[in-house]
Amino acid sequence: MSAVMITRKVRKWEKLPGKNTFCCDGRVMMARQKGVFYLTLFLIIGTCSLFFAFECPYLAVNLSPAIPVFAALLFLFVMAMLLRTSFSDPGVLPRALPEEATFIEMEIEAANGNVPAGQRPPPRIRNVQINNQIVKLKYCYTCKIFRPPRASHCSICDNCVDRFDHHCPWVGNCVGKRNYRYFYLFTLSLSLLTIYIFTFDIVHVVMRSVDSGFLNTLKETPGTVLEVLVCFFTLWSVVGLTGFHTYLISLNQTTNEDIKGSWSGKNRVQNPYSHKNIIKNCCEVLCGPAYPSVLDRRGLMQEDSPASETSPPSSSSMNSVPQTTHAMLCLQKTTAPLIPNEHTPDDVKPSIADSAEKTPSPKEEESPAPKLPPLASPETDAETSIIKDKAH
Amino acid sequence: MSPDIQLEHSASLANKVFIQRDYSEGTTCKFQTKFPSELESRIERTLFEDTVKTLNNYYAEAEKIGGQSYLEGCLACATAYLIFLCMETRYEKVLKKIAKYIQEQNEKIYAPRGLLITDPIERGMRVVSFECAWLCVYACKSISMGEKDGGRREEVSKQE
Repeated sequence: MSAVMITRKVRKWEKLPGKNTFCCDGRVMMARQKGVFYLTLFLIIGTCSLFFAFECPYLAVNLSPAIPVFAALLFLFVMAMLLRTSFSDPGVLPRALPEEATFIEMEIEAANGNVPAGQRPPPRIRNVQINNQIVKLKYCYTCKIFRPPRASHCSICDNCVDRFDHHCPWVGNCVGKRNYRYFYLFTLSLSLLTIYIFTFDIVHVVMRSVDSGFLNTLKETPGTVLEVLVCFFTLWSVVGLTGFHTYLISLNQTTNEDIKGSWSGKNRVQNPYSHKNIIKNCCEVLCGPAYPSVLDRRGLMQEDSPASETSPPSSSSMNSVPQTTHAMLCLQKTTAPLIPNEHTPDDVKPSIADSAEKTPSPKEEESPAPKLPPLASPETDAETSIIKDKAH
Repeated sequence: MSPDIQLEHSASLANKVFIQRDYSEGTTCKFQTKFPSELESRIERTLFEDTVKTLNNYYAEAEKIGGQSYLEGCLACATAYLIFLCMETRYEKVLKKIAKYIQEQNEKIYAPRGLLITDPIERGMRVVSFECAWLCVYACKSISMGEKDGGRREEVSKQE
């Protein structure tokens, strides 16, 4: 049975592994679960709409028209920062191509030497010296790379992220090197907005109560009660979070490092990335260069997909076999051979003969995410269909 | 894996050398200048070191934290980062320079010696890969010869 391949151009984001969703033809990149992000949007837009509807007309007339203007500017800034954090690439590291993965495997085997049968091979760790401190780089089994310092694998998005801070469900994305400052500015500006709205709600209620009494005020502007409630609960969490991140920035630490206690304790290595100066640390994190995305989401690539035999293929004149060879050479995302070791889960070992990718070991999970069954990534399906065609 | 495919695999590996990142100064982008033994017969040590050092200098320029980066950061923050929709960041400008430099080096120095450098940004800024330029030619030849070798290749793939 001959298989006919149709070559078509696709955007690279369509073939990216990992559990991200993409919108606007690859311009927008988010995590899969977006429910909490919609809640965040609803709370911010809802509360601000109530503020503009109930408080602003009264305050603009009785106090100053600058109040709604400043509120509007602050609201726009908060939305811009939120959307920037949620929609941008946090600093995802692309997975190793087969040649690079095999090169690294060979280096590991050369370093470990011959392991006698029955003995566990040593863990895959590379030691590097950074500013006179020894830092251990761990090997990521999913991405088949030694993670750069400060990178970590997010189990929710199934990607290694550079300078991984945490996965934030409120923004529906990971927070990493590329979007950390937008996240910080979002929490800071949201704190200011919450304090602003809360303050002027109180001012408004007080001013109106003087004229018409407290209960009448609440009857006239029911929105105020809702706003005060939302702002009161938001204040504690968001202001607390902003304070926590300000502390982390001043020490040039990430949330991930803080939770794991990487740099705390007497026996541990001291933070090699800190400049030991609060101002320098803040400047590096907030005023550093804007890093580019190394995921070429909107680039074009060739994809060979099997066509049905009934459809008239344009390349039917070519022999199917060289086409499949061509397909193997052109298809960029094939999986490297998986070498089982002590980190491979037991239920997965029998299926190692298949070229399916496996989820990382439990040690690599940093946020309490629900256990999901390993999903087949898009390129696995394309690859297995090509292999099936070769077998015909 | 059949012996034929294993041989093919190791042959293609021998044609690619990956220069890893040098993390001795932190997380700034810098590549190791240590000359790999696989390239000993292919290129002079000084040329290789020059190329890698120039690349390192470009990346250092892109990631420099100083007056210009502060200005860019503050201006961008004041406009809620909307200015990046119309303006190119300094890093992106330097990346273009790097791409041009690599192309130039490939044309003048590496292609005549049968090598090809890949821009690190295509590998997630993890490695600079030096690959054998003939591999591409070899692959194309095998496709055109596929009709002759078709039978043999089909047999090989069936063994998997």
